[in-house]
Amino acid sequence: MTAFAGLERGSQGPAQPPPDSGKTRGRWTPYFLLLPGMAWLAVFFIVPVVFLVSMSLQTGNIVDGYELTWNFGTYGDAITQYWDQFVRSFIYALIATVAALLIAYPLAYAIAFKAGRFKNLLLVMVIAPFFTSFLIRTLAWQVILQSDGIVVGIMEKLHIISLLQWLQLLPTDQVIFSPFAVITGLTYNFLPFMTLPLYASLERLDPRLLEAGGDLYARPFTSFRKITLPLSMPGVVAGTLLTFIPAAGDYINSHLLGNTSTTMIGQVIDGQFLRVLDYPTASALSVTLMATIVILVAVYVWRAGTEELV
Amino acid sequence: MNNAPTQNPESHEPVISPPWLRGLTRRRVLGGAAAVGGMAVLSACGTKGQKAQGGQTQAADKSDTEKIVNWSNWPEYIDVDDKTQKHPSLELFTKETGIKCNYTEDVNDNDQFFAKIQPLLAGGQDTGRDTFCVTDWMASRLIRLGWVQEIDQANIPNLKNLDPTLRDVQFDPGRKYSIPWQSGFTGIGYNPKSTGGKKIETIDQLLTDPSLKGKVTLLTEMRDTVGLVMVDMGIDPANFTDDDFDAAIAKIQKSVDAGQIASFTGNDYGKGLSSGDIAACMAWTGDVVQLQADNPNLGYTLPEKGHMAWSDNFQIPNMAQHKKNAELLINFYYDPKPAAMAEDYVNYISPVVGAKEVLLKEDPEVADNPLIFPSDAVRAKSHVFRALSQEEETAYNAKFQALIGA
Repeated sequence: MTAFAGLERGSQGPAQPPPDSGKTRGRWTPYFLLLPGMAWLAVFFIVPVVFLVSMSLQTGNIVDGYELTWNFGTYGDAITQYWDQFVRSFIYALIATVAALLIAYPLAYAIAFKAGRFKNLLLVMVIAPFFTSFLIRTLAWQVILQSDGIVVGIMEKLHIISLLQWLQLLPTDQVIFSPFAVITGLTYNFLPFMTLPLYASLERLDPRLLEAGGDLYARPFTSFRKITLPLSMPGVVAGTLLTFIPAAGDYINSHLLGNTSTTMIGQVIDGQFLRVLDYPTASALSVTLMATIVILVAVYVWRAGTEELV
Repeated sequence: MNNAPTQNPESHEPVISPPWLRGLTRRRVLGGAAAVGGMAVLSACGTKGQKAQGGQTQAADKSDTEKIVNWSNWPEYIDVDDKTQKHPSLELFTKETGIKCNYTEDVNDNDQFFAKIQPLLAGGQDTGRDTFCVTDWMASRLIRLGWVQEIDQANIPNLKNLDPTLRDVQFDPGRKYSIPWQSGFTGIGYNPKSTGGKKIETIDQLLTDPSLKGKVTLLTEMRDTVGLVMVDMGIDPANFTDDDFDAAIAKIQKSVDAGQIASFTGNDYGKGLSSGDIAACMAWTGDVVQLQADNPNLGYTLPEKGHMAWSDNFQIPNMAQHKKNAELLINFYYDPKPAAMAEDYVNYISPVVGAKEVLLKEDPEVADNPLIFPSDAVRAKSHVFRALSQEEETAYNAKFQALIGA
């Protein structure tokens, strides 16, 4: 899957087998073909990362300029000061990822196996929100979750509001400007990233395996647990990564749907870069965020076993 | 297809240097890049000071040969004809002067706009804009950085119509580098439906009234939020110390900690205020006037103790290609008639003396709105945040940002 091309960076996956050098004439072809990709990687990934790391170790200000002073203290200060936001970002991203998985799995399953001739239509509907901008979609949730809206009315009737208050996800009786609203926004915005990989792996599943399971007296649930679920694991891993990684760094949802105690790390970085103009702190936070995600992803992919995925 | 790159392996094109690539693996390439990119490169990317160092700041003025002017402004900040979606006052400008204005609404936020023009101006390059409008403090920063040119007031005879109270501002005495486009006040907006019919009249009430808990928003603009709180505490925002600033921050922090404040917003508080999810908030006059058109119940208070006033200012960036045309544009809008055309739609406060008289004839409802043409008594209560040095600005912004990101 192409989605994994970028991912291997973090996973330290097995290096590609050496190209066949038996024939002299074809020796350089693989490298030549690698060139565009490597150039892309160099220009849009390595160079910016080098700049970012460098900036995080500089001191100075915008008028007098910055100088590299190897000031590692910035990291200590930044992480101590914004520890809460870091932890919160990962917790929100984790909850949103689990929620998206719980919603997307049945959805992808239904599209892959039960949709019949509506399959393409349903797929388009999954992608349709992408036809408008991320910002507009998030702003729409302000309207959906507003206090006198239908959604909140139904939630009140079903006592979901009291439940959420008990879970500490709603600080007051209003749904908007709360951790719940932020997580809802994250779940919604990244849902297609979960659905599509799941669909892709479920769709490839050979139905004869399920028939065979039935022939061997497996109950439907056992067939699902022993056949469908393991075979869809590549989709689950891809989907969870594609949801978790952007969700952890997101700053729009918490800005538009959250309150002052739902600030995520993306918002802090945005503020440090654009408003405070404290580039070293902003860079240090970015590098830390990136490193943390790489480690988390590496551990996750290692635990989940990537070999079957790539 | 003669130009297609030849990928014939036999040609052994020397595109890749062999020793470096022998036994190429991704890990080795990344490792190599990391090593190369390590110390040496890290040290090489120190950033020069961005203040203009006396280099060239003026481009050859093409005004007389190219009859155009490029103006960047905030969204919904000029008159619009509802039918044609054109800007009647700009069409009048073209008719009178023969200069075509390329009007772009790409200033959404002072800080983001700064980020957009920063690399160009720091590098001494043309931004493609002949003039843009930014708020006082950003205008002040751009002057401090030496990124804007002195405006030739000889080209702007109508500047005599500038409101006398705006003529000598602290950051730009004599208005050499900045000329106001619109002004506005920052006060308190509230939705009586959510406050239980109660009027919200003081900042203290906004920050502490338990009936508003979790339904109050403040502004991400530091000078508006901190300034209003200072005025409420009896501190003059035009003349305060670090301790005064810290005291104001502490007061807001207490309110944030108590869960009183739902969030800090840009001008996206409008929807929440209309729907009632925001019961009360710090708000800008023009926004509330526009919201009141759809929702007449919304209330607006300029606190008894005083409110904040600000302006968005025309500035001419370094290397602008049509400086004189930009000055003619400014001159045009300092004529009361075009000023009134814009004002009738924008509903902020016009800095042009005489615009009210024109509007009294054409649209008395707007002319009589005290939020658009405030009385002298109200104007006397307006405060301006003092100009900050670079160190102060960084330190205060950091404290304010920590408050917002609690």
